[in-house]
Amino acid sequence: MAKYMILIYGDAQQWDAMTAEQWKAHDAGHAAFWAEAGSRVLDGRQLENAPTATSLRADAVGQIHTTDGPFLETKEGLGGYYLLEAADLDEVLALARLLPELNYTHSGIEIRPVVDRG
Amino acid sequence: MKGTAEDVVAAVAEAHRRDWAQVLSTTAQLTRDLDLAEECAQEAYAQALVSWVESGIPERPGAWLTTIARNRARDVLRRESVFRRKMPLLVADEAAPGPEDALNDDRLRLIFTCSHPALSAEAQVALTLRLVCGLSTPEVARAFLVTPATMAARITRAKKKIAAARIPYRVPGPDQLGERVSAVLEVVHLIFTTGHTAPIGDDLVRRDLTGSAIRLARMLHLLMPADAEIMALLSLLLLNAARQETRLAADGRLLLLSEQDRSRWDRPLIAEGQALLTESLRRRPPTRYALQAAIAALHAEAPSWEETDWAEIVSVYDVLLRQWPSPVVSLNRAVAVGLRDGPEAGLDALAPLLAEPGLATYGYLSAARADFLRRLGRWPEARTAYEEALALTDNAVERAFLLQRLAEVSD
Repeated sequence: MAKYMILIYGDAQQWDAMTAEQWKAHDAGHAAFWAEAGSRVLDGRQLENAPTATSLRADAVGQIHTTDGPFLETKEGLGGYYLLEAADLDEVLALARLLPELNYTHSGIEIRPVVDRG
Repeated sequence: MKGTAEDVVAAVAEAHRRDWAQVLSTTAQLTRDLDLAEECAQEAYAQALVSWVESGIPERPGAWLTTIARNRARDVLRRESVFRRKMPLLVADEAAPGPEDALNDDRLRLIFTCSHPALSAEAQVALTLRLVCGLSTPEVARAFLVTPATMAARITRAKKKIAAARIPYRVPGPDQLGERVSAVLEVVHLIFTTGHTAPIGDDLVRRDLTGSAIRLARMLHLLMPADAEIMALLSLLLLNAARQETRLAADGRLLLLSEQDRSRWDRPLIAEGQALLTESLRRRPPTRYALQAAIAALHAEAPSWEETDWAEIVSVYDVLLRQWPSPVVSLNRAVAVGLRDGPEAGLDALAPLLAEPGLATYGYLSAARADFLRRLGRWPEARTAYEEALALTDNAVERAFLLQRLAEVSD
């Protein structure tokens, strides 16, 4: 078994513009994903939108700078994640197709294997 | 029987073409490490060159090579077991399903792994040529006009992703199979088209690539004989390959379909392609490859360029365009319209495509316009169009053809 991070990206403005009705359908999609994935979900959260982010970077002399906003300024920001346990990438791909972010063109998901130190 | 050194070299080369995928894929199932499997398979072929001279060419060279490669792999695994346990391994099913399952074939596992959609298209093609077809890294690099070092890095990166992201060494289940077969066929088709008109260089046709693509399609057809889309692609490749030898004149000049010596087309290959197409169409509504094969078959059946059934070809293009709306298909359809209704109609059909961004750097559009303009006697415009086409191709044979046409309209 291996662990995978599912990173959910999307346009925060579009998420903010969703109606209560749309959110209900969206949440039902996540519930369906969770039901199908079962105990393979180790963790999963929605994140507050990118404008609430705080980033830290060090400069060339080691001085740490705190900035307001996400680490990478992009139109589509990180909106949530799942940490999954699965046998292989095909298993994750099959589950990930259930995610409601794939019902919109502004959002999508990225799958990253978690480094296994044995 | 003892083989002479010459016989042995020929037998090893033949076994490389025919059995490489089998030897490598079966070894990879054991090693669960593509690099180690490749090393062991290569060593087995090297050993064959020596052993077969001494002990004769075995009756089943593929089985001999597989046994040697797997024995080598077992030795290495025993020696390095502690070290290997720390490496990310190929995810393979421990217990393979029973032999009654036709899809239980290591070659298919290898093919589906190499063309997994989580790999980039260029990585899929590179891995397939390297691992399934057994081309060397410099050969693959040459096909895609990159340096061997760049290609080696691309292949290494793809193998790393297979291991780290755990892309499984497995034939996909029934719910995914159709989609994944399509991905494999796209790779095979791309290998063929790359070979059929090499984009740069002095040879119009790269036979190592077209040959590899046809062998791949034949292997897929053999392993999944009921799949109509595989039949259609194999048909398309055979119908195109049947004309391959007549596309160049003795002096290396590119010959158009209208100028080719049809008596030299490979009739058995055409018959095989037609039979596959008929069988494919009997099984399911036409796919993109079946429609392209149907167009190729209409050309192959025509006794001459003039007697080609252009009306039928245009109508197949109409269906193809609905299934696969692509600017290149629109261009081919427009050319067929011009041949059905005359050069004036052809120009009208091409006109809307001039604004198509996908064709802005596509030399065939300028070449097609140039040809219609030339036939209408509108030479100054034809000259400009030939010059545009020349600026857009690096293939020496195509350039020679365009230069000759340009001279014809420059008197």
